Amino acid sequence: MNSKRTDRLATRVIYLLVAIIILVLIGILGNILIAGVPHLSWHFLTSASSSFEAGGGIRDQLFNSLYLLVLTLLISLPIALGAAIYLAEYAQDTWVTRLIRTTIEILSSLPSIVVGLFGYLLFVVQFGLGFSIIAGALALTFFNLPILTSNIEQAINGVPQAQREAGWALGLSNWKTIRGVVLPSALPGIITGIILSAGRVFGEAAALIYTAGQSGSIVDYSNWNMFSSTSFLNVMRPAETLAVHIWKVNTEGIIPDVNLVSAATSALLVIVVIIFNFGARLLGNWLYRNLTAAKVK
Amino acid sequence: MKNIMEVKNVKLRYGDFEALHGINLAFPEQKLTALIGPSGCGKSTLLRCLNRMNDDIADIKITGDILLAGEDIYRPHLDLVELRKSVGMVFQQPMPFPFSVFDNVAYGLKVAGIKDKELIQQRVEESLKQAAIWQETKDSLDRNALAFSGGQQQRICIARALAVRPAVVLLDEPTSALDPISSSEIEETLMTLKTKYTFIMVTHNLQQASRVSDQVAFLMNGNLIESGTTEEMFLAPKKEITSNYLNGRFG
Repeated sequence: MNSKRTDRLATRVIYLLVAIIILVLIGILGNILIAGVPHLSWHFLTSASSSFEAGGGIRDQLFNSLYLLVLTLLISLPIALGAAIYLAEYAQDTWVTRLIRTTIEILSSLPSIVVGLFGYLLFVVQFGLGFSIIAGALALTFFNLPILTSNIEQAINGVPQAQREAGWALGLSNWKTIRGVVLPSALPGIITGIILSAGRVFGEAAALIYTAGQSGSIVDYSNWNMFSSTSFLNVMRPAETLAVHIWKVNTEGIIPDVNLVSAATSALLVIVVIIFNFGARLLGNWLYRNLTAAKVK
Repeated sequence: MKNIMEVKNVKLRYGDFEALHGINLAFPEQKLTALIGPSGCGKSTLLRCLNRMNDDIADIKITGDILLAGEDIYRPHLDLVELRKSVGMVFQQPMPFPFSVFDNVAYGLKVAGIKDKELIQQRVEESLKQAAIWQETKDSLDRNALAFSGGQQQRICIARALAVRPAVVLLDEPTSALDPISSSEIEETLMTLKTKYTFIMVTHNLQQASRVSDQVAFLMNGNLIESGTTEEMFLAPKKEITSNYLNGRFG
């Protein structure tokens, strides 16, 4: 075989492999959306779920998922950012930092059910938090931290060394160079890292079953007092998320419209993740433009 | 002719490896000195000693004296911000920060603690003019500096270095990543600026060294082989090895 033919063959094989991936993606997404979207209605989105009868909605599950995501990011982002800055900018290559990196890798490959059971033992039982949003958010933080840290570390490492030198050469201290030059340069990458991890967190079920719980509580969306037990912002109430809801209605199989509800919920889950992706990307661009635009004028 | 910077018996070693074996060299004020020599000869290392950019490298040891206006820049308790305000630097790759043109040029001023907005505005304009990039940027000072071409970015970096009015500007192969037209424009800019600033430039481009420099220092294997005025060095070098290098017999 001459090299021209090998080249053509290789190109075709690569195209074929890409086509397989695209087909699988379209197949899964198409299936979920086609099965679920027709059942998505305003009523479905805005009414509470039902335990026994048909016709329940997923209002609380949707809110809980978003609220948990926000809380998880609020807790994990500062920690991950600090750890990533340390690993990328300060850490020397010693056995200690190699150990930290290995630990992070191991943590990121922990099965989420293990994280969930660990969270159950530590937060729910030991700390006495009970099945609650905060216990769920802490478990998700454990689940999210390793991947978020290594995503951010990669984004920071992607900033050319010469950018730092340019900062030092202007008389900036190491920290000022990181804050003023490196982090703004790494921002688009950091945002992408957050999006990637947020998608995982949003669809997570196993880590939440034993921490945030599988039951909803009576939630009052007009009660803004975080410390009131009926407030939607209360972090001590148990909270079922979209993914957990799908799991629960299918294992219990009590409600007659279980197929419909799980199909519609799956579609919603996917749509929200897609919206979140695009939204965060727009936010990232907007942030980048603002951080980099004129400030002193 | 007054020397603004002086390097006296400077030795530098990384661990067991000695990269500079006792360099003695003086840099005259408002002249452009070119540091030339084959790759790995220590010219960039020497340049980076002049604003202490080597400080953070592990196991590095620098001995000897480097004087700026008669004062040792390696003395204890030296203020690095002050030093780098006096000794600016422009790099091989154009490295504007991911900010607007205005903020890039104003950054050094703000680091130096200047708060007067009028003074900042005036300095930014002046520096951009000196770096011959004012015409292209005056209507788009808000634009991200990274949106400009490579040659324009390098001029913005030159303007950024000039904004704090440094006594000396170090240039680390400032045109080697640029196309010939941008390079020659930067060379012209340097020729004009020589009357106001002292430049020390590392370059691999011997023609460039002969065109823009007033003094040339030839380094090889961590030794200063020979230095002198550009004319002397190119027309009548004292050592054969210098002549061989300048005539392209090895590189």
